[in-house]
Amino acid sequence: MSRQFTPKVVTANALLEGDVVYLTADDTWTRDHAQAELIEDEAHAQIRLVDASARADEIVGAYLADAKAGPDGPEPIHFREVFRTRGPSNYAHGKQAEQ
Amino acid sequence: MYSYTEFDEAFVRERVAQFRAQVERRIDGSLTEDEFKPLRLMNGLYLQLHAYMLRVAVPYGTLNSRQMNQLAYIAETWDKGYGHFTTRQNIQYNWPLLKDVPDMLDALADVGMHAIQTSGNTIRNVTADHFAGAAADEIEDPRPYAELLRQWSTDHPEFQFLPRKFKIAVTGAPNDRAVVKAHDIGLEIVKNDAGETGFRVLVGGGLGRTPMIGKVIRDFLPKDDLLPYCEAIVSVYNLLGRRDNKYKARIKITVHENGLDEFKAQVEDRFALLRGQFGGADQQLLAEIKAQFARPDLPARDLSGFTTAYDNDPVFRAWVDTNVAEHAVDGYALLTISLKAHGETPGDATAEQMREMAALAAEYSSDELRISHEQNVILPHVAKSDLPAIHARLQQHGLATANIGLISDIIACPGMDYCALATARSIPVAQQIATRFDELKMEHDIGPLKIKISGCINACGHHHVGHIGILGLDRAGVENYQITLGGDGTEDAAIGTRTGPGFAYDQIVPAIETLVETYLDERESPDETFLDTYKRVGMAPFKAALYPAEEKSRAA
Repeated sequence: MSRQFTPKVVTANALLEGDVVYLTADDTWTRDHAQAELIEDEAHAQIRLVDASARADEIVGAYLADAKAGPDGPEPIHFREVFRTRGPSNYAHGKQAEQ
Repeated sequence: MYSYTEFDEAFVRERVAQFRAQVERRIDGSLTEDEFKPLRLMNGLYLQLHAYMLRVAVPYGTLNSRQMNQLAYIAETWDKGYGHFTTRQNIQYNWPLLKDVPDMLDALADVGMHAIQTSGNTIRNVTADHFAGAAADEIEDPRPYAELLRQWSTDHPEFQFLPRKFKIAVTGAPNDRAVVKAHDIGLEIVKNDAGETGFRVLVGGGLGRTPMIGKVIRDFLPKDDLLPYCEAIVSVYNLLGRRDNKYKARIKITVHENGLDEFKAQVEDRFALLRGQFGGADQQLLAEIKAQFARPDLPARDLSGFTTAYDNDPVFRAWVDTNVAEHAVDGYALLTISLKAHGETPGDATAEQMREMAALAAEYSSDELRISHEQNVILPHVAKSDLPAIHARLQQHGLATANIGLISDIIACPGMDYCALATARSIPVAQQIATRFDELKMEHDIGPLKIKISGCINACGHHHVGHIGILGLDRAGVENYQITLGGDGTEDAAIGTRTGPGFAYDQIVPAIETLVETYLDERESPDETFLDTYKRVGMAPFKAALYPAEEKSRAA
């Protein structure tokens, strides 16, 4: 039996600011993880990643990150991805300052 | 201090102009990220977890007040009002926007600074003893040699695509404060039996994934041969160094795999070839550089003000006892300003703090400041009689923490709060340890104890040479911290030994507390330091205290 696919979001850093961004279902970049497209199908995830990576004048370093469905939208799983939704823990800088 | 020549100025300005055009071409889409990345790395620009990061070189850690003020201006104008001083005497800005970076580089060039070769597989910023030119134990100021090496290595056409990054450190004193034994090339200024000054040359030291202490490749190298000998080492490494595996590409592996004897034989052959080619131009340059590093005039000063404050003010006395080191000139002191206020981020300074330190340097320290690899700032030429006034000023800016060399003077890499390579956080662990031992009011009783924290195996936080080293890892999606004991970054350099299984994020501070309690129980007297106690009693009592359940099951 094949391993079950963990849902993914496409994430990257914005070219101009370096801030963390996520790909939405309507092909825009959002700074809010909960607005990201949660991709449940492995083949579709690969296609979304290829498409996203081609947008080189908008973002840098696109990759697929594990995520899960939550009440307000997709939520990160790994602690690194949780930190990326917030910012550093020593100062209220980054995304947490904008919320 | 070294001032830029017309050549230096033109070179740095030209590089900024080139980079400005490269950034424009990246933003308008003419350059892909694959094309742009090596160009930005050549100019110190990284893309981190939440933002870009600009790493600015502070050559051999020496700054004047004008430069420090400019670092403050850059922090306020294009960043979030602070900077992070690193374990290689650099400063990093954590929040620049891509479009602003060329302006930041121009602002650096205005004060004779740059970010060239602070990244990439090149010879990086040459580091030196932060007490250089002032320490009582010094044979000779290492900074003119560091500057000579900087000029030689900057844009050196042969060494722009080395197998991996390459780090050189120089010390002019027998007490090694520059961790030279953990560098690709370590240089120690020594005297031979004939009383001549030269270098003991070490190669193949390094921390990271495969920590190694540098090996002596030359016991005594005449000073005039410094550049050809270093060029011989780097060029042999450039040929022999592995390019097939990033993790085996540093010179420490090259020396290890080829053997020191074989490596040395090739270096000596190459040296014989290169030696004549320098033709004395390097020595002429060195003489000009040396003249700029002459020690400032330090007139005799009355000590009564200092003595009165020292005898009557316990806060001042505690600060002097920890933060002040002996100067080569009577009546003067080397003052270390702690960037480790309890609970704050190790190595961070606000723009306001930078300006205050710059003002103090201009007023009291012959306009000189130093950055240490331990992420503190030094005023190198302070009259002892001025210390009470300086202390009062520092107190107003959160800069008077009396903890140099103590348990809260922790060096920590940025870790997963900033770094894209990190596997766990470092900064909050450092903050919590410092806060905890400040609450316990124990740190002066504990005495000298160096804790060093890295947030990944690359060891930017020098954990291998911490008396207590902490390494943050990702264990099955959870932060986990391994502890090493007995590391030493001085002339007695040693790599620490792992205690055993790691600790969860919320268990690491209690584990450190357990280690310290064990030390306090085991030490023969308050004069026996943590490291000395560890050397005497070994790992066993520390291990027993850290892992009581396992000890019990073994006994059962």
